[in-house]
Amino acid sequence: MAVPSDTAKGWIWLSLVVLLLFLGVWALFALTSKTFPSPAAVARESWFFLSRPFYDGGPNDKGIAILTAYSLARLCTGFLAGSVVAILLGVILGLNQTLFKALNPYIQMLKAISPIAWMPLLLYSVKDSGWAALLVVFMASLWPTLANTAFGVSNIKADYLNIANILQMKPLTKVCKVILPAAGPTIVAGLKISMGSAWVAIVPAEALLGSLGLGYFVWNEWNNLSLASVIFAILIIGVVGVLIDNLFSRLAGGLAYVD
Amino acid sequence: MWTRTEPEDQAPAAAPLFGPVGVLPQDDRGGSRRQGGTTVSKAMLEVEKISKHFTLSGQKEPFCVFRDLSLQVREKEYLSVLGHSGCGKSTLLNIIAGIDTANSGHIILNGREVQEPGLDRMVVFQNFALMPWLTVFGNVRLAVRARYPEWSKQQVADWVDKYLDMVGLSGAANKRPWELSGGMRQRAGIARAFSVKPSIMLLDEPFAQIDALTRGVIQDELVRMWEETGITIFMVTHDVDEAILLSDRIMLMSPGPQAKFMDEIEVDIPRPRKRISIIEHPRFYEIRNRIISFLSQKG
Repeated sequence: MAVPSDTAKGWIWLSLVVLLLFLGVWALFALTSKTFPSPAAVARESWFFLSRPFYDGGPNDKGIAILTAYSLARLCTGFLAGSVVAILLGVILGLNQTLFKALNPYIQMLKAISPIAWMPLLLYSVKDSGWAALLVVFMASLWPTLANTAFGVSNIKADYLNIANILQMKPLTKVCKVILPAAGPTIVAGLKISMGSAWVAIVPAEALLGSLGLGYFVWNEWNNLSLASVIFAILIIGVVGVLIDNLFSRLAGGLAYVD
Repeated sequence: MWTRTEPEDQAPAAAPLFGPVGVLPQDDRGGSRRQGGTTVSKAMLEVEKISKHFTLSGQKEPFCVFRDLSLQVREKEYLSVLGHSGCGKSTLLNIIAGIDTANSGHIILNGREVQEPGLDRMVVFQNFALMPWLTVFGNVRLAVRARYPEWSKQQVADWVDKYLDMVGLSGAANKRPWELSGGMRQRAGIARAFSVKPSIMLLDEPFAQIDALTRGVIQDELVRMWEETGITIFMVTHDVDEAILLSDRIMLMSPGPQAKFMDEIEVDIPRPRKRISIIEHPRFYEIRNRIISFLSQKG
């Protein structure tokens, strides 16, 4: 995990140069367009929001930390439920090749559908925007984890299963002590993709359904014609996304093994 | 009763009760090991007419690995099956272990037929088959917990420590398998196998992936543990010298397909055997030449 220190310097400078270049182009563009907010304007706006993160001015007017918390809570709930279902189904499919082969085309198809596309159906079924937003996250979390778990489990080295059988492990023990750890790295890779796609899906879901959160904030600020606030919200979404991804990379590092 | 270290103590019996075809003429030194006194060790594992074949894709005729193979392993014996690579000896071992299935025939362990894998037949694998996400300690503990589910954490830990100590791995208990050399990994595999006290241990080319210098040390350790625990060992190998050094008895398997046992040899060289001095024993080259000449034959 540790990067050798002698090679660690160069990319930081390059990274900073790219950032400055980007800010420069942005500033120039803002200067010529007159209506588009400049980096400085966005910075001022950001400071305004960041200086009062827990501000609560009624149902439609909340601080950025509260909004982020709403989105994260929705994300975690939907993601956890989706992951539990996906891992359970994935283990079953991974252990049963016939079932896996039979269902794989459908899984691949479902994986390709944007979770947002489900929204009208979900909204029609549950008739509640809060639940619908949660279910969008659930759907987004399902498929990559399911596909990866099934793949990981079906590719576990025969040796490990042989050992489990020689040790006469009960099915549940076998799953917990051998199958899940053996497929662990592949499963976490799936969880990481799922989390990414859930985080991507949550913004339009909240915006469209009007459920309080970062997505709602983006849309609300657009309706207020405050582009600076929209850009600020976009930055927050990106930063939170990177932090979540980082968390999963750490988890993957902890579960990784060399064969 | 058997005495492994001082076979000369025991009176040689007149005729071998398990007189297989083609046993070498017995000299008065080693012959006694098998029929010590009046008690003759009974067969603890019987392989009865095992056949294995499978159909390769695109071929009509099924490929026959072996047909009607039979053998007996006696209690506390070290039996080796020696044969060319790919002759089906590992398949035979896997069938005995229950992790592969035969098309016909029976495996009888202690008078009972076995079909499923079980703790009574622990395998030591050529590629070690340690769980890479567990430490050495964790690997052995996994087995001990499976064998003694009613034990407390402390009991299990003490037991694991004891066996790790036996193979000299105490210092590496918290290392992951990939941090260890092949020899250290196989020590862990051996500790795991001994720790569950199986009826019989099945060794599948256990030293093939270990460098030559370490191999000798681990072979000595294995023999010592085998003598101390009184366990029965069934080993498959393609290494002639290794088979002679370790075994009480060697079965020679012909190259496949349709492999069969061509010869059975009692290794009547007294123990303890030393890697250096065994080659000076008059029986060593007799046995070795006999094996080599059989293995050089065609089918």
